[in-house]
Order: sequence, then C-alpha cells, then structure tokens
Amino acid sequence: MIDFLQLVFSGFATGSIYALAALGFTLLWQAAGTINFAQGEFVMLPAFIMLAFLSFGAPLPLAFVLTVLFSTVVLGWAFKRAIVDPLFKYGMMQIVVATIGLSIVMKNAMRAGYSAEAHPFPSLFSDKLFHVAGVTISTGDVGTLVCALVVVFGVQAFLAKTITGRAMQAVAQNTESATVLGINVPKMIFYTFAINAALACVAAILVTPVYLAKFDMGDSLGTKAFFAAIIGGFNNSRGAILGGIIVGVSENLAAAYISPAYKDAVALVVFMVVILFRPQGLLGRKEERKV
Amino acid sequence: MSKKNTLLSLLFALTVLGLPPFLKNYGVYMFSTWLIYVIATMGLNLTVGYAGQKSLGHAAFFGIGAYTVAIMMKAGMSWWLGLPAAIGLCFVFGILLGFPALRVQTIYLAFATLGFNTAVFLVMRNEEWLTGGTFGINGIPRPEIFGFDLKGGLAYYYFVLAVAAILSALMWGLLKSPWGKAFQALRDNPIRAESLGIDTRNYTLLSFAIGAAYAGVAGALFASLVDFIEPAPFAVSASIMMYLMVVVGGSGYFLGPLVGALVGMVVPEWIRDVFPALANWYLPIFGLTVISMMVWLPDGLMSIPDRIRAKRDSKAASVRRAEAKSEMAAVIGEQR
Repeated sequence: MIDFLQLVFSGFATGSIYALAALGFTLLWQAAGTINFAQGEFVMLPAFIMLAFLSFGAPLPLAFVLTVLFSTVVLGWAFKRAIVDPLFKYGMMQIVVATIGLSIVMKNAMRAGYSAEAHPFPSLFSDKLFHVAGVTISTGDVGTLVCALVVVFGVQAFLAKTITGRAMQAVAQNTESATVLGINVPKMIFYTFAINAALACVAAILVTPVYLAKFDMGDSLGTKAFFAAIIGGFNNSRGAILGGIIVGVSENLAAAYISPAYKDAVALVVFMVVILFRPQGLLGRKEERKV
Repeated sequence: MSKKNTLLSLLFALTVLGLPPFLKNYGVYMFSTWLIYVIATMGLNLTVGYAGQKSLGHAAFFGIGAYTVAIMMKAGMSWWLGLPAAIGLCFVFGILLGFPALRVQTIYLAFATLGFNTAVFLVMRNEEWLTGGTFGINGIPRPEIFGFDLKGGLAYYYFVLAVAAILSALMWGLLKSPWGKAFQALRDNPIRAESLGIDTRNYTLLSFAIGAAYAGVAGALFASLVDFIEPAPFAVSASIMMYLMVVVGGSGYFLGPLVGALVGMVVPEWIRDVFPALANWYLPIFGLTVISMMVWLPDGLMSIPDRIRAKRDSKAASVRRAEAKSEMAAVIGEQR
C-alpha cells in the first residue's frame, strides 16, 4: 500500500510535466489549428539554451528568464511566422509534416552541431527525502508537482479571468466572431504561441535534471504529451492536466507491477481505450463530421 | 505514352538492369536496399497517398516481415515458407491497425499507428527468447530459386528487382481497377464515397492490410539482404522517415516511392560513404527540405512535371486569350 502511494505520488510529478507540454499542445490546436510534432524538441532546445547561459556564469533563475525570452522569440514568433502562417491555408496535415521536418532539423542539428552526449542539468530542488505517514517523498517530486501545477493553473486562470485570456479563448472558439468583436486575432494567436514556448521552458527546467539534456530527450516527451492531450480531451485545456496525470501515474504503476520494459506502451494502451470508446477525450466536447 | 516518357522508361530500365554489374559490392547493396524501401513505401503510398489514411506505423510491418522470416529460417524452414507467413501476418496486423482508423482520422490516427509501432518495437527489444532482443538475429541466409543460389550480391539484387517489378505491376493493376478508384474516393471524400455505395469500412481496413503486406515482403527481402536484424531499423523514427519518403516523392503518385526512397535512404547512405564529414548534417538538411517543400511544393517531387505542364497550359491559354481579344478588337474596328 505504501509502495503504491509512493508510486502514485511520483507519477503525479512526472504527469504534471506531461501536462505542461500537453497544455501547450491543446492551446496551439484550439487557437491556431496547429499540431506541433516538434513539441518534444521545443522542450529540448530551451534545456540546452539554459545550459549555455549557465556556462556563461548566469545563475539558474536568470538563465531561465533569458531562455523564456529566447524561446518566445524563436519557438513562438519565428515558428509561427516561418512555418505556421505560410502553411495555414493548406490545412492541418501540411503543418504536421512540416513540424515533423522541424523536429528532425532541431534534433539532428543539435547532435551534429553541438553534442550527441547527455549533459547533466542542475536541479531547482535539493535532493532531500522526507516521510509523511510512512510514505517516502522527495523534495524534487514535490517541487516539480507544485511548480507544474502552479503554472498550469496560472495559465488556466489567465485564460478564464483576464480580458486578454478571454479574447484568446474567443479566437479559439470562433475566429470570425472574434474579428467582428474587434479582437486583434493575429495578436491573440501570437500570444498562444508565446505561452506554448514559455510552457516548454518550464517543462525543460523541471524535466531535464531527471532526463538529462540530450538531443533526443524530446522524443518520448512529445509523444506522451500528445497522448495525454487526447486522453484528457483535445478541445479542453483542463483535459491536458487530467490526461498528463493519468499517463504519469499509470506509467509508474505499470513499471512497478507489470514490467518496466513495457512502461512506454502504457500511454498507448490508455490512449487506444480512450479513442475507441470516447474519441473526444475524457473531458472533451464532441465535434461533428462535416462533408 | 509520349516519346519522352518512353525514352525515360528505357533509360530507367537500362539503369536498374545494366548498371549494377559495373558497381562494387557496396553499390549493388545500395541498389538492393533502395528497391526494398521502394516496395515498402509503395505499400505506404497506397495507405497514405491513395486511401488517405495517415499511417505512422509502417516500419512496424516492415519489422514484422523481417522478424517472421528470420525466426522461421533460424528454425530451419525455407525462405519460401517464411515469405507467405510474413505477408499473412502483416496482412492480419494491417487489418487490426485499420480498426482505429474507423473511429478516428488524421492526426489521431497518426498517433494511434505511431503507438502501435512503439508497441511492436518494444516486443522486438524485450522478448529476447523470440527476437534476440537488442542483440538481434544474425546469420539469416538468402533463399534459392529454381535451384539457383541467390547468395551473391548481384544475384540477390536481380531477385529483389524481379519481386519489385511484379509488385509494381500488381499495384498498378490494383490502382487501375475499381478498387483503386474506391481507395481514392475514400481519401477525397469519405462521406460521399459511402453515399455512393462504397463500403468505406472494408476499404479502410484493406488499404492498411495491403499496404502492410507490401511492407511484409520488403521486410522478408531485407532480412536476407542484411543477414543481421535488430530492432533499430523498425523504430518509430523509421516509420516517420517512410512517411516523409512518401510525401517527398509525391503521395498519390505511382512513381513517388522511387524518388522518395532515393532521397530518404540512398542519398544519405551515399553521402555517408563519400563525404563522411557531411553525414551528420544530412538529416537537418533533409528536414529543412521537407519544411520548404510543404511551403512551395506540397505535392512532392513527382508533382513537378504536372506543375510545369499546368503553368505551360495556363500560359498558352492566356496567349490564346490575348490573340482572341485582339482579333475581336480588329473585327469590332472593321464594323465601325
């Protein structure tokens, strides 16, 4: 039982990181109809940029802030201008293929141009363990979970409570009506890309101490984030959190009770069950097929 | 067939038939690899290009084919027994993978098939008793045909070429048949296809199953070619690469896979051989090419002739329009 609780708890911590990436996925999908296949690489690049700033002697918080700025420009603005905008009129699959290309470029350019090795990354949290009612918990897990949830709920609150956030939601729901209402649609869409890039930076700072900075660290992260987004419901950003945590926890439990070798297949099984019985996701709304 | 096309086909036939004997072992090996990938991507082109089902799990079928033959040959059976087993197994798995496609489409399907590939990969890596795990299976012999030994690289190449030719002819026939049209109807407008009486369910499943069977044949040929298989060539990244080969070549173009497999498989190998310093940069450049193609040439390399023709036609049409206009002006001028 104690083991079980421990596994569930650390699953929450991993899951909350998946949730961060999954939330970016759903936001981009809602606001710009973009599926970003390079989402994993969007976490990998900030990790290396942060390492670069750290090697110039910047303290971690400063490196993080600078990386967020860098990401907003490169992974937000430039990504939107160079890839999404020109392809938007052709439809979703074109963007998907282009982002597959982008993921190949980012991964392999990092390997060819910098390093194929795994690089250690400093953790935000000390590695202390403490016991609560017999359950051993690490500060790393608590810190990760708290940070990720604060950010995720912060984004939620921003979308729900502020005028800008509500305008962004309006754009996501109906672009034409939003234009008629005088909302600056391109600007709102850019904000979505910027938030996605910033979320990727948060995911990077939380996940890299565990995964290590490596050119292919985004591979499984990107896929799992997508599975998490679908499981929770693609058109509902709250679904991303639920999906992320379901994937994180079930992975941990399966690794312990079934087989660690098949850990990576768990997200897939949950995903298959969900799309077979509830294709719109656990919290999603149904969308009708159009001729 | 126009004169130019006949000439091109002759040139192509001459190259694939006549060039390999003049190449070194490695060149022959590259030609064989190319044709094997052409067979595999031809199947994927049916699934993706003609039937419009976004499949990112094709390398799994390629792997199932390769491992089936390898395991059966290690158990002492003939390649000719392994081949039908590989095809059958891939066909069945293809149908199974088609079922999610009945529920979800586009990107959902892409990830479902990608997940299937991950699962197959994990089985190859973890079930050592069956697949040898990461150590793989080595010493896979090459088959014999009518008493001819295909051990030599060149002999095996011609065998692969013959298989590729037969499979291309079959695919051509399939695409020209009502089935082929039904697949395209499924891609262009599934709901309308259904209302015209096409059983979209069966055709969706078949498009996966036939595509998978092609990958099965390719896998069987691959196992004997490389004589050592391990899970790496059948990972998700290989599936993504195959998908890109189809798109870059021109999805829904019959000859697309020929070009796609060349750009995605042979050119990088060749660069690794000739310019080793550039080898690591090939993939980033390939990725950039894919991105820019999506912007400027979304229908792939094989669409270039179509594009040129369309441009020429529209130019000719505007010239004719201008002529007609000036003629009209002259006529009107005379009347006045």
